[in-house]
Formats: sequence, C-alpha cells, structure tokens
Amino acid sequence: MSQQSTMPLQSTKPDAIPARVGVGLKPEHYDAILTERPDVGWFEVHAENYMGAGGPPHRYLTAIREQYPLSLHGVGLSIGAARPLDRDHLKRLKALNERYQPGLFSEHLAWSTHDSVFFSDLLPLPYDEESVRRVADHVDEVQDTVGRRMLLENPSTYVAFAESTIGEIEFLTEVATRTGCGLLLDVNNVHVSCTNQRWNAIDYLDRFPMQHVGEIHMAGYAPSKDDHGDPLLIDAHDRPADPVVVELYDHALSRCGPIPTLVEWDNDVPDWPTLFAEARRVESVLTRARRDEDAELAVAV
Amino acid sequence: MLNLQSLSEIQAEFAEALRNPAAAIPAGIVGPDGGPAPKRFSIYRNNVLVALGNSLAGAFPAVKRIVGEDFFKVMARTYVLESPPTSPVLMDYGKTFPAFIARFEPASSLPYLADVARIERQWRESYHAADAVPLPSTALAEVPEAELADVTFRLHPSLRLSKSSFPAVTIWRMNASDVPTSAVDFAIGEDALIVRPDAEVEVRVVPPGGTAFVEALASGESLGSAAALGQSSDERFDLGGNIAGLIGAGAFVEIRRGLEQVPQ
Repeated sequence: MSQQSTMPLQSTKPDAIPARVGVGLKPEHYDAILTERPDVGWFEVHAENYMGAGGPPHRYLTAIREQYPLSLHGVGLSIGAARPLDRDHLKRLKALNERYQPGLFSEHLAWSTHDSVFFSDLLPLPYDEESVRRVADHVDEVQDTVGRRMLLENPSTYVAFAESTIGEIEFLTEVATRTGCGLLLDVNNVHVSCTNQRWNAIDYLDRFPMQHVGEIHMAGYAPSKDDHGDPLLIDAHDRPADPVVVELYDHALSRCGPIPTLVEWDNDVPDWPTLFAEARRVESVLTRARRDEDAELAVAV
Repeated sequence: MLNLQSLSEIQAEFAEALRNPAAAIPAGIVGPDGGPAPKRFSIYRNNVLVALGNSLAGAFPAVKRIVGEDFFKVMARTYVLESPPTSPVLMDYGKTFPAFIARFEPASSLPYLADVARIERQWRESYHAADAVPLPSTALAEVPEAELADVTFRLHPSLRLSKSSFPAVTIWRMNASDVPTSAVDFAIGEDALIVRPDAEVEVRVVPPGGTAFVEALASGESLGSAAALGQSSDERFDLGGNIAGLIGAGAFVEIRRGLEQVPQ
C-alpha cells in the first residue's frame, strides 16, 4: 500500500468558494503566492494548463490548493459545437476535478473546435432552438460525466447571426433550466457584448437570471472600432477592469448579493502586487455589497 | 431571406473562413444593423492567429530570440495556418514545428534553428512528463559484476534526446538564458540529453556514442548490447563515463536484473 501517494488526495476537501474575490492563477505568481500567502479568497485555473502527466504545474497547484479554495475553469471543451464533445477531453476534465476537488467548475457558451481543428478562441454561435438543444445536451453530458454541476459563462461577442431567433439571456436561461447547470456571469463580457451588439447593459443585467449565478468574472477590455468606425470592444484580459464594468458589477451585486468574483488578467500579466491591488479594488465593491445586504437583513429581522 | 442552415453548416463555414484568409465570410455573420461585418469577423481570424502564435512563442523562446519577434510571428502564423492544433491541450501543440522550421525557406540561412527548436520541444515535453524518483548513484554498485551486462533499465519518464550536427545545445543555452555569448565552433555537433529528475529540466550535451547508447537502453536493450551499439556508433564511446553521466543526470528510475527482467 502506498500511503504516501493517497494521503494528499484524502486530505483535500472540495472547499466551497467563499463570496470573496479570487484571482486567476498564473505561473508568474506561483512563488509570490506561496511565499507571501496573500489574503485572497480563492484561485481559479484554466483546466487545460494542468493536463500534463506531471511536473512543476501540478506541484505548484497542489501546494496552492492546500492553502486556498480552487475553481476550475475550462477553456477548450467547445460546448457550443454542433459536433459531439471530445470524450478524451471530458475524461481529462473529470480527472482534474477528482484530483483537485475544486469548489466551482465552469466552461463557456462558445465553440472552439471544428473538424478536429482547435482554434483556441471562444467562437460565437447562433441562438435558436437547435443550438439550445445542442448546448443543453452537451451540458448534460458534461455534468453526467464529470459528476458535478457546472457553471456556463455568458460570452463576449463581436458579430451576430442572421439565423438567431432568440436572445442571449433567453438562451442561457433555457439551458440552465433544462440542465440544472449554474451560470457564470462575466460582467466584462456583458459590457463588451452589449457595446458590440448595441444592447443596454443595465437592461441585460436586470433580465439576467441571477438565481442561477454561482460566480462572477471581472476583466479588462481593449477598445477598437467596427466596420462603420463605431465603438467595438475586444475581450482582451490585458488590463484592470474598466470603471464602467466596475459600476455594472456593483449593479449586478445589488441584484444577486455577494457572489464569488474572479479577477482575470491573462495577457500582459502584471507583477503580483499589481494584480493583488486589482483584486483588493474589486473586493472593496464586494465588501460594500455584503454590508448593504447585511444591513437589509438586519432591517428585515 | 431567412437562411435555414444547420448549426453544423454554419460552423463549417465559419471554421473555413477562419482557416482560409481568402475564403468568403459566411453570409449569416452580421453586425448589429443586420449588415455584413467583415471587420468584426476579422477579430476572430486575428484572435486565432494571435492565440496560437503566442502559444508557440511561449514554447519556443530561444527560437524567437534567435530570429526576432517579427520573423517569429510570420513563421508561426504560416505554421498555424498549415498545421493548426488538433487538441485543446496546447502544451502538446508544436510537435511538428521543428520539422516545419527545417523546411521553412526564409529560415534556411540558419540551418541549426530546427535543432534548437527540437531541444525546446523536448524541454517542454520533459517539463510536463510524469514525475519519478531517480535511482541513487549507488544503485548500480549493488549489481554483481557478472550480471552487469545483462541488466536493463527503466529510464526516467521525462528523459528526451535531441540530435544535432550543429552545436545546438550551446546555441540553445545562449538564447534560452542570459549566459554571456561566446564564440561557437560550428564544426562540433551536439546531441542533447534532456531530463527532469525533480523540479528543474536539465539539458546536457551527450558524450560521443551516448545517443545510440541511450536509445538502445530506452528500447529495452541490455547494458551489454547497448554498449556495443554505442561503441559501433562512435569509437570514442566511453561506457563508464556514459553510465556515470546518466546516473548523475537522474536518467534511471529502475534497474532490472536478468532474473526479474520483463519479457520483451
């Protein structure tokens, strides 16, 4: 019997993700995090970066997992594809869930693979009855295979489809209702998509089915122009969250209460103090929302 | 007006337009005004090339440093369009990039570039390979001398070899870290032994005949027959030096003696 190899697994509990700010974990920050043990609520990793057999990524993640709750975020399952899900990839996701016992597990309303080619981008899909059915079937398959509930993230989009017959919120609500999955509300994506699609972001948040939301994402976008020279925002994850997005976040929290919130910064990754400061900034909004909620509860009592 | 394409057809057209810059943008792709939106669609084309190009840049930093950022970007984009990934696990992407570089005409003035890329590819595989504890340096001393020729080894799962008729290890090292550059003797070929005994990937120059020797051991040959293959590949082959070097590198995780040898 190899007690040594089974012990760490047994001691790892699926710690719930607290309603605090978490940070997207980057290899650049492994050492700073393990040395400084910063007061961060939790960390989130992209599942695909931990699909090797061994090596430093697993060592670091294991060490960080022992200190913090962890959320697992897939970026490559292609749930929105017409083609069947990649069974091998599902198995890898299941194995990672079993190994690290994350408190939350999420993927995207998007597709990224076609005819075996992986595009490494979160591509948009038309919203109609066929695609609702396809996505719901895939979410069912994920939840059945991995053996746990997943969260589905609202996308950032740059184009629309003439074929679409239903709205994005109706689509997400329908998938959540049919499958029992939760939703991941990316507030930066809300601002990016609403600007790009000429929707109203406050209206979007007011209609979003908050009862299904288990996690929020915050990130930065890059401004650009569309075919007519009008504003077009790119979901770049390369800077702090824009003040407009922070206001939208505040608005979302007023509807859903304090929810675990991730600060994502995936490109032009800053040093740890800069990223930690961004997490503290977002946490101050969350803390205020929690106080407001506590005050309301106190009044109600 | 209403297009009754299936989801599968829509995605096939979308994917084709992503992969082929000359392909038409699917008719159903529109902006918020319902009109054509080629600039909007081009964001996706660009995202794909940038994301996969960045993935290659992260995996081949020395190659990028040798050719410069602009050249690397063009070379990577050409490769991405020709050989896009077939798995969402991008740590596996770029296995054929060294072979692509070897026949990438604009890089032909740097004949060693593909070999440096091979070292970087093997480095990445070694980095993500399964963990294993190397044998201690005393392990071989426990085998009776009469049995030595018949032992076989299980090599460390992170062990990789990379051959070159150029001083590829020296060139890689000068461009993978900030060691000071020095004069390089291009007449010397350097094969690389790459292994991660613990947390750090280590790259060593293989002594003469060592590559054939390690390849033979990796394929399950006994120490005696592997030594003969090392000797016949290079008459300077030094068995004792090779074994000491491999043990020092953490290359072995198990010795199998004659009686306990697994069937071939």
